Amino acid sequence: MSGAAADRAGPEPVDRGWADVMLVIRLLAVDPFALGGIVVRGRPGPVRDRVCALLRAQLPPGPPVARIPLHVTEDRLLGGISLPDTLHHGRVVREPGLLARSHGGIVEVAMAERVESHVVSHLCAAVDRGELVLERDSVSARVPCRLGLVVLDEGIDDEHAPPALYDRLAFWLALDRLDPRAAPPPGDALVGERPGEQRATPSSVRARLGDVRIESDAIEALCRAALSLGIPDLRAVLLAATAARVHAAIAGRRRVEAPDLDVAARLVLGPRATPAVDPDLPEPPPEDERASAPEPPPAEPPSPEPTPPDEGDSIEPAASSPPDPPEDQTAEEQTAEASLNEIVLDAAKSGIPDGLLDSLRAGAIPRNAPRRSGQAGATKASRVGGRPVGTRAGIPSHGARLHVLETLRAAAPWQRLRRDASRTSHTGRLQIRREDFRVRQFRQRTETCVIFAVDASGSSAQQRLAEAKGAVERVLADCYVRRDHVALIAFRGTQATVVLPPTRSLARVRRRLAALAGGGSTPLAAGIDAALALAHDARDKGRAPLVVLMTDGRGNVARDGRSGASQAQEDALESSRRLRHSGVPALLLDTAPRPRPRVRRLAEQMNARYLPLPYLDPAGISREVQSLARESACR
Amino acid sequence: MAVFPFTAIVAQDELKLALQLVAVDPTLGGVLVFGDRGTGKSTAVRALAELLPPMSVVAGCSYHCDPAGDPAGCVAGCPRSAGDGEHRVAEVPVPVVDLPLGATEDRIVGALDLEAALTRGERIFAPGLLAAANRGFLYIDEVNLLPDHLVDLLLDVAASGQNVVEREGVSVRHPARFVLIGSGNPEEGELRPQLLDRFGLALEVQTPEDIPTRVEVVKRRMAFEQNPDRFVAGYAASQAEVTRRLIDARGRLREVAVPERVIERAAALCQALGTDGLRGELTLVRAARAAASLDGATEAEEWHVRRVAALALRHRLRRDPLDEVGSGVRVERAIGEVFPS
Repeated sequence: MSGAAADRAGPEPVDRGWADVMLVIRLLAVDPFALGGIVVRGRPGPVRDRVCALLRAQLPPGPPVARIPLHVTEDRLLGGISLPDTLHHGRVVREPGLLARSHGGIVEVAMAERVESHVVSHLCAAVDRGELVLERDSVSARVPCRLGLVVLDEGIDDEHAPPALYDRLAFWLALDRLDPRAAPPPGDALVGERPGEQRATPSSVRARLGDVRIESDAIEALCRAALSLGIPDLRAVLLAATAARVHAAIAGRRRVEAPDLDVAARLVLGPRATPAVDPDLPEPPPEDERASAPEPPPAEPPSPEPTPPDEGDSIEPAASSPPDPPEDQTAEEQTAEASLNEIVLDAAKSGIPDGLLDSLRAGAIPRNAPRRSGQAGATKASRVGGRPVGTRAGIPSHGARLHVLETLRAAAPWQRLRRDASRTSHTGRLQIRREDFRVRQFRQRTETCVIFAVDASGSSAQQRLAEAKGAVERVLADCYVRRDHVALIAFRGTQATVVLPPTRSLARVRRRLAALAGGGSTPLAAGIDAALALAHDARDKGRAPLVVLMTDGRGNVARDGRSGASQAQEDALESSRRLRHSGVPALLLDTAPRPRPRVRRLAEQMNARYLPLPYLDPAGISREVQSLARESACR
Repeated sequence: MAVFPFTAIVAQDELKLALQLVAVDPTLGGVLVFGDRGTGKSTAVRALAELLPPMSVVAGCSYHCDPAGDPAGCVAGCPRSAGDGEHRVAEVPVPVVDLPLGATEDRIVGALDLEAALTRGERIFAPGLLAAANRGFLYIDEVNLLPDHLVDLLLDVAASGQNVVEREGVSVRHPARFVLIGSGNPEEGELRPQLLDRFGLALEVQTPEDIPTRVEVVKRRMAFEQNPDRFVAGYAASQAEVTRRLIDARGRLREVAVPERVIERAAALCQALGTDGLRGELTLVRAARAAASLDGATEAEEWHVRRVAALALRHRLRRDPLDEVGSGVRVERAIGEVFPS
């Protein structure tokens, strides 16, 4: 416990930063698979390179560290058919993928914030199960694949690597908290070791790891700390407990003690704190709960089951002669246990990044805690465009990619005939003709992103706004069926705001829509610009954008925020032309009580379909949106 | 590799019940498990494999043909269909086939055996995952991320019990009767609503909230990871007990009576909820019968219907996509109305 106190009263925060990095690296090197790995969030650069180099230097000998590039194909990731060997030998020759070759080592995932969802799922499967189950291209196999991940998250602001990856990795490291000048030289992996202490290699520590046990009260302390920090996922507790055991093993202990929990809570739980709970709140007095939580768990499943022999107080039977005799076991045990929870929670809080508490109070999302809901759907959605959906006969040119396996399949039945016909003696050679070629077919962009830009100004009048909301809701129901993404922009006063970035959570869209207030002037140009910006964004993510603009066309605020009807109209027309040039399909719903030529002209400028709302039923609107969505997807 | 034992899973009673129900009555039509990350969905499904009693098959048959079944249904590749129909019988574990994300269509439905075609010039069908899963379970993790055309294909085969292959010169039709188990995390993308009600049972799992349960989950998991073999051995007796119950329930399933009044109640419940079509009622009654059989009862009772109602119906409600009240709550409410306590 004295160690914990000394740790907390450590040197300057920046130095602690690197010291913690070294600690993380030492823990990780012992058992990368059990700890999952590390998320390194920040821009590429010397600091990140140094962190990666330090980790490599610490790893025990094993397979070389592989790096998975952003656009890795499944063939390369999981293994597939080796084209040259197959053609040369006239039989199928397979080669292992990146993951299988890294068994027992570390894999770096570059630009993880943009990695496609199917790659993520393979990585998750490897981390979860330690093996790959392959069922592809005539291969059916189970390949051992115990590895740790180094996820390089280069996302900015709200962009994050997929939560599924974050959740599975013990350590989250934000690079912007590290001082590049204080970086330890590469190869220096001894930071934090006391002089005279014998240096333990990761392999020797791993050999000891099996003997390290962790008591129930320690697990309970971690559970409580996780809950009061708003971490619902039990995986976090598991990873923290594993980290505590590894730390104990490094220190030569056979039982997890307070300093180990301290480190585990700080490094594993701290960065996971979410705004769900204010971490400043004192922990609720757990007196009654603790009293009702004796060793045999009360929440036993109803099925009759005997308690296995090792289900006692500790996971592992007590090892004989622990090197570190446990301090103050008897008399102070009670108090020690009572304070354990607080110690762990304190430690976890000390691992919460600077500024998080302030941002929590301000209601902002912390930078390095991925959002838990809704947002995940938007950031995780893979670029559906580019996923192979089948093959067809054709020549591999004009960007069409050859599908080796299907080509071989097409050629296979003819081999004997062709061999006889050509009377060649190289029996080993495959004879492949033009008509055998098969090329991959990719699915076109089909994920639509419908961007609603709603005029919430006073001129659009309250009851018109209500009608517009009704129309949006109707379209939303269709979007749900088609699994479209939906974004919502409102413009009024002097500016346009993105009320909701693209999401599939339609319940959220509706909530925001219902809460949308009306009134003020009409910054029409700003509204169109905002819609265009979101549309570009959606295109970058491989989605087909579609803008639905709802306005009465009475813009009276210019782009620079000044009022004045004529300049406002000019700006609006110019913005409309920009929308047309971008080629984003648009639909303009005229919400004025009586349709005016002004709005129709606006629609012509942006090459949008023009629909006067008074004459339309909601079904008509959704028909139009659907046909536009089809067009958009084909572009 | 050792598998975490089914009976060592803490809480998650509804999930365990659903998996046992489809093990007792494979015609229920599969299970859809939705839940947050890290709730042990995959663990439970993989643990199920260990529980199932072995089954007898025609030795060497890629489709696990039942020796007691009608030989007319066998296809080329089954020893029984070749020559004089001589064959041996083997006992094999019930297959639980993993369909990994990224599985290609040729591996799923089967395709021309490339090796045989290239080296010997023979046109032989290489059976795929659907053949491997025949008479067993097919598990799809992250079913919501699977390409839609594959989900369609799987549901179609699961419903018809037959896999029809017509590609690159092979034309094969083989039995593919399996229980489809899909799991996924709704935050990572929703399943198309049209596909939802094609699953027989559906449930949502959540991470337990109370500390003692959470501590127990972590303890057991860590004990398992440290010494899998010893941990599994500790649960051998309880596992054997569940297996015995499953065998017993499966054998008696056809004898369990479902009285008229129970069917009426089930119908009333479906009506109160406004479920479309008869599939909901049928599944509800069947699930209640399986639950009764699992209990060792000779007759399904109303409380069996109550117990499985949410499982069988919650994904069949006509859903307003913008309604935030969970469908489970609506089922509970309807149960309260139809079954006044």
